[in-house]
Amino acid sequence: MAVTETRPAASSRRTAGSRPPAGRRRRFSGRTALVLLAFMMPAIVFVGLFTYYPLLNGIQMAFRNYNLNDLSDTSWVGLQNFRTLLGDEMFRGTVKNSVVWVVGSLVPQFLIGFTMALWLRRKFRFRGAYQALVFFPWAVSGFLIGILFRWMFNGEFGVVNDLLMKAHLIDTPVPWLADARYAMVAVISANVWYGVTFFAIMILAALQSVPDELYEASAIDGAGKVRTLFSITIPSIRTTLALTVLLRVIWTFNSPELIFGMTGGGPANETHIVTSYMIQVTQEGDYGRASAMGVMVVFVLLLFAIFYLLAVRTRTPRRKAVAR
Amino acid sequence: MILDQSLAGKVAKFTGLGICLVLTVFPLYWILVTSFKDPGSIFAYPLKYWPSEFSLANYTGLFEQSNFGVFIGNSLIVSLVAAALATVVSLLAAYVLARFEFVSKGAVMGAFLVTQMIPGFIALGSLYILMTRLYLVDSRVGLVLVYVAVSIPLCTVMLRGFFENVPASLEEAAMVDGCSRFSALFRVLVPVMTPGIAASFIFNFVNCWNELFLSVTLLNSDSNKTVPAALNGFISSYNIDWGSMSAAAVLSIIPTMILFAVASRYIVQGLTAGAVKE
Repeated sequence: MAVTETRPAASSRRTAGSRPPAGRRRRFSGRTALVLLAFMMPAIVFVGLFTYYPLLNGIQMAFRNYNLNDLSDTSWVGLQNFRTLLGDEMFRGTVKNSVVWVVGSLVPQFLIGFTMALWLRRKFRFRGAYQALVFFPWAVSGFLIGILFRWMFNGEFGVVNDLLMKAHLIDTPVPWLADARYAMVAVISANVWYGVTFFAIMILAALQSVPDELYEASAIDGAGKVRTLFSITIPSIRTTLALTVLLRVIWTFNSPELIFGMTGGGPANETHIVTSYMIQVTQEGDYGRASAMGVMVVFVLLLFAIFYLLAVRTRTPRRKAVAR
Repeated sequence: MILDQSLAGKVAKFTGLGICLVLTVFPLYWILVTSFKDPGSIFAYPLKYWPSEFSLANYTGLFEQSNFGVFIGNSLIVSLVAAALATVVSLLAAYVLARFEFVSKGAVMGAFLVTQMIPGFIALGSLYILMTRLYLVDSRVGLVLVYVAVSIPLCTVMLRGFFENVPASLEEAAMVDGCSRFSALFRVLVPVMTPGIAASFIFNFVNCWNELFLSVTLLNSDSNKTVPAALNGFISSYNIDWGSMSAAAVLSIIPTMILFAVASRYIVQGLTAGAVKE
């Protein structure tokens, strides 16, 4: 029996008098359908008007000459904005920076976050308090984290230089945020610091869903630490791991707040990633070009997500066999 | 015990956790220490890791030199109203999505999730034009409306998870007793779900409080600016006054930290439930 209905009127007629279907699926009458629609309406209106309408409108701007500074000619220009961008040295630099930013941030975040989650899996005294303290960066915006690290990486009075000199790792202060060679390193270390928490939380939650019996069984079978990690732990939570990484790639790519707080894209645009550059272009008023960048970002991330999910899926069955 | 750890393993684990703790807390500690230093001693060698005397000069200076009180007030009003509105709207939508099957449900959920994949600021330009047409630029009302829209999708997904933990028989019983669906929802379900709803509200509040690009784009005048928009102005100046800057940073971090500490358990539950279940 079909339990899913588009037309509420038909639903009430067809299902009247029959037994309720299994599970939590339930039939509803036409009047109920109206009530449910009314419940959904505010959410749909808000998201439609302030998210989807600007989004779709923004997409068409990508194909027009739309510059706030000169609105005399907002004609359609086809792919002109995209061509301009691909030929733009600055834009190509931001693409390269984005890749460095995502990979450089995520690899350490993942490794440290994973290790922390493994350490936190088993209960110990004050674990709750420890988690509350260590997870606090999550509550703070990337922008503020950027400001905090901007101060710490200050070339003259920054605490990072002071500590490194005290440890005799450097002899003279490094102008971290003023020198193109070091700025990206500084920004990425701040982002690593900021994102470890997220991985630790997500992976810990997944680890806690793995039944203890699995570990006990593997211990009885004489599996060592490393063996247990690769044969039990990772296969059991691989779906969560895969999705967490995917989400983080997308979010990190799309999160220039920290960069705005720390360097504003400087020095000499060396720390601009695509999305931070996009915001700068928006602020300059060139909506056409900014929208073209947005369209490219969404397109590339979508392609990435599809290939990533395909790659993850094809490897699933083999892993599952090992897990058992 | 089978799972007993070796002593060396334990030492390594707690040393590692200790290092993580120090590294995590240090930036916060440093901004706190800076903010309580005498403005003159912030820029003095050698750096002091503990202020010789506590001074509130940076805080008083911040409020004297800028409209920081106004900014905080704006942030509070905008975040409170937006978070509350978003929670109520999401609650209604989440109830329907948790309890009923209908064909367009997948489409609605998909449309909500897609907004999480696309950064909110990607359509900044066309949003600005829309707000200009609605006469909602440089208006706190406008910002609230946009924040509500931005908050709804994730909040709905979180609340949907909380609804699924409450048996449907609860509101069915109330409806048999003569409650309408609406009053069953608010009189019976909402009280049961208070922790989850409070966590969702706090989650929304923190996100609105922290939001940067929309507030920078949509607000111009000092009387309307929120804290992040004001801070963006501070760091854009040629010479950053790190004394008042540190005080401002501390004041904008503290509320979110307290709220998050209260609700983090439930927020983590809400956010990870979907990921782990599938």
